[in-house]
Amino acid sequence: MKSVSLLLVIGLGVALVTGACASNPPPQTTPQANADSAAAADRARQDSIAAAQADADRRAREEADRVARQREADSLAALSRTAEEVRGTLATMIHFDYDKSSLRSDDTGALDQKVAILQANPGLRIRIGGHCDERGSDEYNLALGNRRAQAAKQYLVSHGIEAGRIETQSWGEEKPLAQGHDESAWSQNRRDEFEVISGGDNLRRPS
Amino acid sequence: MLEYLIVGVLLSNLPTVQLSAQDTSTIDRGVRIGIIYRPGVRPGMVMLPRKGMGLDSVRAMVARDLDYSDRFEIISLPGGDSIRLAAPASGSSSSARRGRSSSVGGGGQQATAGSLNYPLYQALGADFALDITATGDTTVATLHDIAAAGVRRTVRAVLPPSINPDFRLSVHRLADQMLQAAVGTPGIGATRVLFVKDGKVYQIDQDGADQKLVSSSDRQAMSPAWESDGRRFAYMEFQAGHGWLFLQEMATGKRSAVATTGTALDFTPAFSPDRQTLAFSRATEEGTDVYTINVKNNCCLRRLTVGRFSDNLSPTFSPDGQRIAFVSTRPGLPQIYVMAADGTDQQLFAPFDYGVTGASNAPEWSPDGQSVAFHRDVAGTLQVFVLDVRTRTVRQLTSVGRNEDPTWAPDSRHLAFVSDRSGYRQLWIIDLETGRIRPLLQQSGARLPAWSPRLSEAPTSTP
Repeated sequence: MKSVSLLLVIGLGVALVTGACASNPPPQTTPQANADSAAAADRARQDSIAAAQADADRRAREEADRVARQREADSLAALSRTAEEVRGTLATMIHFDYDKSSLRSDDTGALDQKVAILQANPGLRIRIGGHCDERGSDEYNLALGNRRAQAAKQYLVSHGIEAGRIETQSWGEEKPLAQGHDESAWSQNRRDEFEVISGGDNLRRPS
Repeated sequence: MLEYLIVGVLLSNLPTVQLSAQDTSTIDRGVRIGIIYRPGVRPGMVMLPRKGMGLDSVRAMVARDLDYSDRFEIISLPGGDSIRLAAPASGSSSSARRGRSSSVGGGGQQATAGSLNYPLYQALGADFALDITATGDTTVATLHDIAAAGVRRTVRAVLPPSINPDFRLSVHRLADQMLQAAVGTPGIGATRVLFVKDGKVYQIDQDGADQKLVSSSDRQAMSPAWESDGRRFAYMEFQAGHGWLFLQEMATGKRSAVATTGTALDFTPAFSPDRQTLAFSRATEEGTDVYTINVKNNCCLRRLTVGRFSDNLSPTFSPDGQRIAFVSTRPGLPQIYVMAADGTDQQLFAPFDYGVTGASNAPEWSPDGQSVAFHRDVAGTLQVFVLDVRTRTVRQLTSVGRNEDPTWAPDSRHLAFVSDRSGYRQLWIIDLETGRIRPLLQQSGARLPAWSPRLSEAPTSTP
């Protein structure tokens, strides 16, 4: 115990000595510059900066003009690009477990986006189509598909969307998306599709 | 002579066929299967060979109908007329039965009867011999009762030429008359099956011949259902986001929309036996329920079930029109229920073990009223079951592959159904009495079959 304290003291002593040495600076050795040449260099530097600045300003103005012109020219296209994006979000499908019509928790995000889109576009009317995989009975699947479409509609209505803006439809297993005969195909086919009936021309993004 | 007698001995020594209506005998929990029908031998039927008569197709069709009726052991002859002439008729085998048969017989055929070597056919194991000949444009079918050593029935028919669309149905009707004469019950030769393939409705004769498109629109169709006189059928069609019900005349293809359809998803139509009422499923915001509508006056929509949190669908009338079997999801999974035709007295029909028995769907009430066929999920695939209406017991008919959507023949002993037992989904026919299964159609993708009633006259004639 005693020896440890001694080592610590020695260590502190060494640190103090080296600190004292560093605080003692060497003498200044900077050469004196010629006054005329310094002024000339300074002017040249100022000129080049101004020129570069003017150039950058000009280019920025040109770019701004070009963008403005482009924007004006493409305003319709731009609008429809937005609409396309919104429509894509709106069309995002939701999926179901086998022989179930209850909404899955991983699909509520997609449904919330649809709520927002429907709220931002009051003229928009949609149709929800319920679909099933091929495993169940052909005719029973029409009832099941109806349940699936109604489940999504119920969610939208319970989040404030007027029921009259949403139609539902069931296709049973008649319109499979994936043609395979395994679970990867079946899970894709157990779905709700969302399509625009009307008011989908200039869809606005939800704010 | 000796040669034929040896054949006869071989035939009569064939082991008695054990009749059982199963394609296997697997045991499923909660289902009583493996019921063996009364063992016995079916009557032997010989088609008498005739040569150079220009009747080959008629004879082949009649022979096939008799075979497909599954009511006879069809005995094939080595061929040639020599067998008929091999020995003179003794004409004295059973005078007691002859008296009975002549009272049923067509009369005036004693000459023909005398020419047939009855003891020889008896030795061959035949109970009946059918002879088809032609005189001028008249086809003569003569059914011999071998044991009675006489003619049971003679039918003379002027068949339309074979290029006529009525030809096949006329020949099938001739076969049905012969079957009726032999066993006393009407046959199913003159029947057809409607089915759906690639979204279109087709018809096909019960012997697998003459497939025809009957859909009169390009829209996707489902669930054809016959009217009880075979003149019209109802079906569902997808249109503008809804399911529409249409009635279509078989003869003309003319169709009309059912009243109130087009506002929701209407599907699985079913005619009442008196043809006044169409029951169907309607899917709305509240779920799916069974409704009826008067199709005679195109009025008077009635709602028979109020499911709220369950679905009710796929109605099928009992042949007396008093009851409707249907599918309900009220126990969770869909199961077979029954109610009075006015919607009262709803109760479970086909028993099931809660939590064990799989989903049950697609019921169809047999024309004799005694059974309801349906399909049920067994270990992840579908199998055809039959409910005995009186005892309310079910038995499993199929177990090879996936088998679904059974539909009754008018004889209430044959069912057409969809099966993938051969590797792809196609239509098959099973005889419940013998368990014999045959393909109706060798085409992939056929489904939702509906077997016609007996077609009393050719519905495709004179458009």
